[in-house]
Amino acid sequence: MQKKQNLLALVLLLPSIVVLGMFVFYPMIKTFWLITQLTDLMGNPIKFVGFKNFINLFHSDSFMTSITVTMIFVIATSIFTVLCAYFLAILASKKMRGMGLFRTIFSATMGISVTVASILWLFMFNPQIGLFSKVLAALHLPDVNWLSDPVWALVAIIGTTVWMNIGFAFLILLGAVQAIPTDLYQVADLNGASKWLRLRKITLPATEPTLFFVMVVTLINAFQTFGQVDILTAGGPDYHTNLLVYSIYQDAFVNHTIGRASAESVVLTVIIMIFTFIQFYLNKRKAAKYAG
Amino acid sequence: MSIKLKHIKKTYDNGEEVLKDINTEIEDGQFYVLVGASGSGKSTILNAIAGFIPINDGTIEIDGRDVTNLPPKDRHLAMVFQNYALMPNLTVSENIIFGLKARHVDKEVQQERLNEVLQTVHLTEYKDKRPTNLSGGQRQRVSLARALVSDAKVILMDEPLSNLDAKLRAEMRREIRALQQHLGLTVVYVTHDQTEAMTMGDQVMLLNQGRIEQIGAPLDLYNAPANTYVADFFGSPAINLLDGQLMGNRLQFVNGVEITFNHELAGPVRIGVRPESVRLTPQGAFRGRITHIEPLGDGTNISVEIGAAEPFRLKVSDQLNLRTGNEIAFDILPDQMMLFDADDRLVGLGPINELAV
Repeated sequence: MQKKQNLLALVLLLPSIVVLGMFVFYPMIKTFWLITQLTDLMGNPIKFVGFKNFINLFHSDSFMTSITVTMIFVIATSIFTVLCAYFLAILASKKMRGMGLFRTIFSATMGISVTVASILWLFMFNPQIGLFSKVLAALHLPDVNWLSDPVWALVAIIGTTVWMNIGFAFLILLGAVQAIPTDLYQVADLNGASKWLRLRKITLPATEPTLFFVMVVTLINAFQTFGQVDILTAGGPDYHTNLLVYSIYQDAFVNHTIGRASAESVVLTVIIMIFTFIQFYLNKRKAAKYAG
Repeated sequence: MSIKLKHIKKTYDNGEEVLKDINTEIEDGQFYVLVGASGSGKSTILNAIAGFIPINDGTIEIDGRDVTNLPPKDRHLAMVFQNYALMPNLTVSENIIFGLKARHVDKEVQQERLNEVLQTVHLTEYKDKRPTNLSGGQRQRVSLARALVSDAKVILMDEPLSNLDAKLRAEMRREIRALQQHLGLTVVYVTHDQTEAMTMGDQVMLLNQGRIEQIGAPLDLYNAPANTYVADFFGSPAINLLDGQLMGNRLQFVNGVEITFNHELAGPVRIGVRPESVRLTPQGAFRGRITHIEPLGDGTNISVEIGAAEPFRLKVSDQLNLRTGNEIAFDILPDQMMLFDADDRLVGLGPINELAV
């Protein structure tokens, strides 16, 4: 009986084990093996080099630039995405005629593919015919080389990514804001509580768990950014928008340095792990504060 | 503080009329109950008084001041909500003084008033707890304390007891009523529960589909209902409404029973008989089989098939050794009958006040 049940369990688990094994566990294990190897142009390992790939990585200026801009990018993107989405969610939660239209517009970016969106933004960033340059010219402001200036290129990528991620964050946060009982706001109305007091004592506490969730998802999403970089800047100028995932792709499939790419992947994994741990630690402390 | 509602009308965007010409005056220190089935408009009136929803027509006066177009905060009201409306992230104390904080009341005054109301509602030892750690009754007391601390002389209550269990509800009923009388508060109280309306109210307004059916003291509504809707709403088991004919000095019931009854009216009437307005007697004019019997301990509820549209409901204060199917006979006490004419208006009434004692 026991044996039969174990067999059944195995059969039922088999599809997941096969799929996860093929696409997650096998690549993961192979990555850990590849970080110790020097590879040829086809990506075949030719020589054991120990930790040399890591040591080279941390002595490489381009990689240090990558790490720095990735950090700036991820933090800026997450904060702006959540702030903008939260602001829009609070605005759109008001019961007003025609609000449905705005809710649709605000969440619409969810339905646009990264490639299409990136190409749209590429047009807008164009120095000759782009919308942004035209606006600057109309306002008699100095021209900006949106995608070829090291700082502005990063700003451009951040702006594009925030815009793309807002849809999802907005929709989830809108649900949370709308779920707040209206009688809490009626108490505030009766006493003429200021907007700030309402936000601090009612809206924020009630939506905190959702904000945390959206923050985690947005952060992990930001770490995985690829399409925008590929289409808008291809990592340039001079590695200043060379986000980690894009750098991994470049090293693995363009420069054919699989060992180095594997080492970068491990670094990225560790960074995401650290961020996740910090977030969950903060959340636990919050939860502990409320019990009691 | 008194409240005057003059010709209040409220229509939703879809054209649905939820309030049709509501007029009343709520006197200072009165416990005023708005009662009705769901959808009758009772909560809408409360929300209109609070200023949460705009009204389409009419005026609302509080203490002689027209507040129709004032925002809620300038009406100086407090409110107790059905779901307590406590902020889960704030402690009992913080919840109670939320309004004072919003109004920038002096910190020392806040503490002083806080301690006062905590004692009034017996929550002093819970002041640092969060609402999630309190029972339903305690939560509602916090909500009550928050209303009291504001010093508002009018407190609106929106079904405050409907989330509590029966025993607690009876307890809180007494507590709220005692507090209201002790502090001389004007309370506007919304409920769908006829027992709450009867036991707590000085004045009761019964609403039905946005219209006032009757306003009056609880016993007046019970003893002299303006129409069959009011008669049917109050009382448990519900009143018996029988068809009948007035002919000269005789009243004939639908099942053929005739009794002597002097009334200037003639023609078809509906006769309202409270379940307790009967006397069991073997010689009774009404007789029939028992279809349902409920022993209550302190009395018995019986349904009897008497040949009318539906079984006749009886309520006697004795324990009876009877069961379903048994034959029973009884008389209706004619001086406690109510007569309603073809337009559903009360036209005749037994001399109840003389009967009392």
